[in-house]
Amino acid sequence: MSSRYEMRFSGAGGQGLILAGIIMGEAAAIYDGKQAVQSQSYGPEARGGASKSEVIISDQPIDFPKATAVDALLALTQEACDKYSSDLKSGGVLLIDSDLVKNAPAGDFTVVRIPIISTAKNEVGRAIVANIVALGAMVALTKAVTRESAERAVLSRVPAAFSELNRKAFQMGYEKAVAARK
Amino acid sequence: MSKKVAFMQGNEACAHGAIYAGCRFFAGYPITPSTEVAEVLSAELPKVGGSFIQMEDEIGAMAAVIGASLTGVKALTATSGPGFSLKQENIGYACITEVPCVIINVMRGGPSTGMPTGPSQSDVMQAKWGTHGDHPAICLVPASVQELFTETVRAFNLSEKFRTPVTVMPDEIVGHMRERIVFPEPGELEVVNRPAPTVPPADYRPYDTSFGDVPPLAAFGSGYRFHVTGLNKAEDGFPTTRAGIVQAEEERQVRKIEKATDEIVTWEEYLLDDADIAIVAFGSTSRSARFAVNEARKHGIRAGLFRIITYWPFPEKQIADLASRVKAIITPEMNLGMTLHEVRRCVKGMTPVSGIFRVDGEPIGPAQILAGIREVM
Repeated sequence: MSSRYEMRFSGAGGQGLILAGIIMGEAAAIYDGKQAVQSQSYGPEARGGASKSEVIISDQPIDFPKATAVDALLALTQEACDKYSSDLKSGGVLLIDSDLVKNAPAGDFTVVRIPIISTAKNEVGRAIVANIVALGAMVALTKAVTRESAERAVLSRVPAAFSELNRKAFQMGYEKAVAARK
Repeated sequence: MSKKVAFMQGNEACAHGAIYAGCRFFAGYPITPSTEVAEVLSAELPKVGGSFIQMEDEIGAMAAVIGASLTGVKALTATSGPGFSLKQENIGYACITEVPCVIINVMRGGPSTGMPTGPSQSDVMQAKWGTHGDHPAICLVPASVQELFTETVRAFNLSEKFRTPVTVMPDEIVGHMRERIVFPEPGELEVVNRPAPTVPPADYRPYDTSFGDVPPLAAFGSGYRFHVTGLNKAEDGFPTTRAGIVQAEEERQVRKIEKATDEIVTWEEYLLDDADIAIVAFGSTSRSARFAVNEARKHGIRAGLFRIITYWPFPEKQIADLASRVKAIITPEMNLGMTLHEVRRCVKGMTPVSGIFRVDGEPIGPAQILAGIREVM
């Protein structure tokens, strides 16, 4: 990993992508002992509209807190994919929801397709954990933080009653990404 | 024991900084992108015996803060753009009555409702000239989550020391981004409390200049009685129109900050020792600038960064000195040239000054600053 690694989680407002970014940042900054900055951009509406959450991870102090050339992009909606994929690095990775993003942009990067929302809904059991499925997949694809740190960060963020649900969501996402990459 | 570490938002750090500084009262009206300051304090203040009140509007919140402070409590409000406009009348009231208080204004796009979730740096002139009349202004512009904590503490210290409102103005990016913060231990940062009067209640006068330009402020409820008014006042606090007194009081109120400029002004220099081009920036834009300076250096361009931390009083002397050392100055900012104007005033034509402006709700990225550097080469 080069010293500055940039990730973007994008989709629609209300999908929990800002939280996914925060957990990624916590995994890096608290549990992996690295530098991390998380920021977000969203419209004034509470639900819907394109939303993004960016995480920069580095071994060095981070100056500019926003993405400059994205190493890894998650897109849960076609609108977000169209809007936020133009600065994806060559050699980078694009993770899309295979049911919702039908037109992946062409470019010199790897496209990984996983039915993220349907996995959350049908295999984990709750659509609400789609962001954690996505997070698990992003951790597997980027290796920007260790799996252990990410899991600890997830569990420290959710109420105890939902630990198992979120653990399962993370694991599903992680394993599907490993399988999809093969 | 190792220090407490967290990954949190600038606004959250600001709230914790306020509590560290001894703030025990918050009044506000929620507004994006500052609401997290109120949200955290609504949970945290009761735990330390403090009070939180959501008022009916912004001007009411500012009034409540002034009232609370007059009882001897360190008081805070937080707002953004349109809310900052609404508070101005009572900020002027705090200036003339010389009541310590801190105002957090997380800068978003404007004027008016503007862009609620978009970053901006366009309130810096309002921080000085927003309320009418001659008055002092102190305004701090932090650039990181950690600094938003420490500058909030410093804001309380300055307001207590100089009996004046102090504004802390992160842009939306600094207010909303999350970074690692290491919480200072109690006692690690200086915490200043306003001096209590040394005279008995019968002899107390709230603007008694025999104690200097910042007379001690008594707390209501401590046995001292005095009059508080927005009218020009004499040293006993009662209104006066006597020309000599009004002139002297007005001059003192501005002088108390002006003569302490060297003590208040803070800034940071990065790679300026041999620089040909200086970027003058603050807040999140200074972080883009630092990135751009590093990039420029990789290409053999001697660029450096002057980061403004205290915006008011403006670092006039330091900018003038900078102008004598470099061949060009660039001011990138998320407004249409407010800092450019102020820098040019200080530079007095000694060196060319140009600006990079952005008001579309997007940050000024390193590439845009680097292009600006190449342009003046």
